[in-house]
Amino acid sequence: MKTYRNPVYAYQRPPELDAPGGRRPVVIVGAGPVGLAAAIDFGQRGIPVVVVDDDRTVSVGSRAICYAKRALEILDRLGCGQRVVDKGIGWNVGKVFFRDELVYRFDLLPEPGHRRPAFVNLQQYWFEEFLVDRVHELAAVELRWESKVVGVAPRADGVDVRVATPDGEYTLACEWLVVCDGSKSPVRQMLGLEAEGQVFRDRFLIADIHMKSDFPTERWFWFDPPFHPNQSALLHRQADDVWRIDFQLGWEADPDEERKPERILPRLRAMLGDKADFDIEWASVYTFQCRRMQRFRHDRVIFAGDAAHVVSPFGARGANSGIQDTDNLVWKLELVLAGRAPDRLLDTYDVERTYAADENILNSTRSTDFITPKSRVSRTFRDAVLSLAKTHAFARRLVNSGRLSVPAILVASPLNTPDRDSDFAGGPAAMIPGAPAADAPVAGPAGDWLLGYLGGGFTLLGFGDAVGPFGVGALSRERIPCKVVQVGGKATAGATAVEDVQGLAVRRYDARSGTVYLLRPDQHVCARWREFDLPSVRAAIARATCNH
Amino acid sequence: MAALNTEPNLPSPDDFYERLIATHRGLSDDESALVNAKLVLLLANHIGDAAVLAQAMAAAREGVGTEPRGEAP
Repeated sequence: MKTYRNPVYAYQRPPELDAPGGRRPVVIVGAGPVGLAAAIDFGQRGIPVVVVDDDRTVSVGSRAICYAKRALEILDRLGCGQRVVDKGIGWNVGKVFFRDELVYRFDLLPEPGHRRPAFVNLQQYWFEEFLVDRVHELAAVELRWESKVVGVAPRADGVDVRVATPDGEYTLACEWLVVCDGSKSPVRQMLGLEAEGQVFRDRFLIADIHMKSDFPTERWFWFDPPFHPNQSALLHRQADDVWRIDFQLGWEADPDEERKPERILPRLRAMLGDKADFDIEWASVYTFQCRRMQRFRHDRVIFAGDAAHVVSPFGARGANSGIQDTDNLVWKLELVLAGRAPDRLLDTYDVERTYAADENILNSTRSTDFITPKSRVSRTFRDAVLSLAKTHAFARRLVNSGRLSVPAILVASPLNTPDRDSDFAGGPAAMIPGAPAADAPVAGPAGDWLLGYLGGGFTLLGFGDAVGPFGVGALSRERIPCKVVQVGGKATAGATAVEDVQGLAVRRYDARSGTVYLLRPDQHVCARWREFDLPSVRAAIARATCNH
Repeated sequence: MAALNTEPNLPSPDDFYERLIATHRGLSDDESALVNAKLVLLLANHIGDAAVLAQAMAAAREGVGTEPRGEAP
């Protein structure tokens, strides 16, 4: 590749090869985006964690390239959001073409006043490299390269992991095993577990090309374009003047043939013209699937990311949902490890993230049915939608070239405390219990964005003089402490005060003076009230941690 | 819940039918299938009531082929 050289991380002989080691609290399998995000989260909490990966570098090829707003917000909490955003290419506009006509244009920019854009495109290797750099800042995380898991033995109180290295095999004992080893998950197979679902009968070529071009930074999707008749194509910009192009090939295509440059070049020439000056950086042919494991938790073995659930790439719901898995899991595991929450709190990881996976699979399956119609009549309706879309607004809503990743709202979570009476009735529904916290510009001691003040642990977000010094003090001394962030109002000892500089926090949280929101460590709302009441907050924290 | 109206509702049924057939004049089977699909989509949007549309789809499917398999609505 012209624009990127994969770093080589040094293998180090693990001490367990020479003498049996003690039991680790957490071992993570896989140093991809999901495993690394989990490792950073544990490391920031000071929980010692060992990550084993069979390779000694980051992703070969750009693979997952679209990182959504929510994933970027999680990365901000993990201390590596800014590098991803600085290096990546922000985009908001998508265009859909049918044959040679533009039929539909969308703008994902929801509204101003959010720190992060709808999407940033960045090659997975850059993304992983930044996360590895962040891991290296954390003393609690040990990354072990060239360490391949060859056996897994679950026990009542932990898991024994057999690891093969260039110097031989050893056993790594842990209390909890977090499995992030990708869609083919060797660990899942070793345990005889299945991910069930649908495999789509279609093949896609993805090619990364290096090209100086004045194409706008937009997502362009073609159905049945003149340069690639009867199939679809997608063009996306990445960092360093690298462009991702997807070509739908159909099920009959021979993947080994299609990977050859002499097959790829004419396709690119037809699309980009004879004058375009480009080099192929990387290419791959893939099929895709929508499936998930029935359960993500198997006692002390917990699956996250593609190992637990896979979707088609249209919608960017793979890596983005995997990062949300770890966001959901790590704080729960921290509480269980510390003996501050019962083991069954981890069952709610399963409940909440299988719900999110089903939402992603549903959206992804619908997109795939539109892009790859399975029957003649399905193709006819697809073309009917596209031919109506240019002139009739209603049909644009039916065009489905991928419903792009948005976080799941965990409305049915058992960890939520339902709204009392009609406290919030009639207001905007955005911040209901289960929703991820909305961002807003603020002024305060720790930066200009509200989300920077929330999460990590439980946070009570109060508006006006909602929580007095007694409440702030009491919450800080709880067994599961809760910090208080106060928007506006008088300064309260022990609380962090921020100013709602544009009035957007009040509006987005449908707040009045006195309104309080209880946020989980992963920034999801779990309860809210019009008035602070210490016993209610205690009860809601107990409920959100299965301590009731 | 709104109910699908299957009582006579067209003021001039013969005119309607003639126009429907005329709409397809000179088209191949594939072209006609496309026109029909567009027509379904236009009418569905005009009706805009999910319950009425579901009843219409079920009524249209009745007696044709085998029972549809239980997929997500």
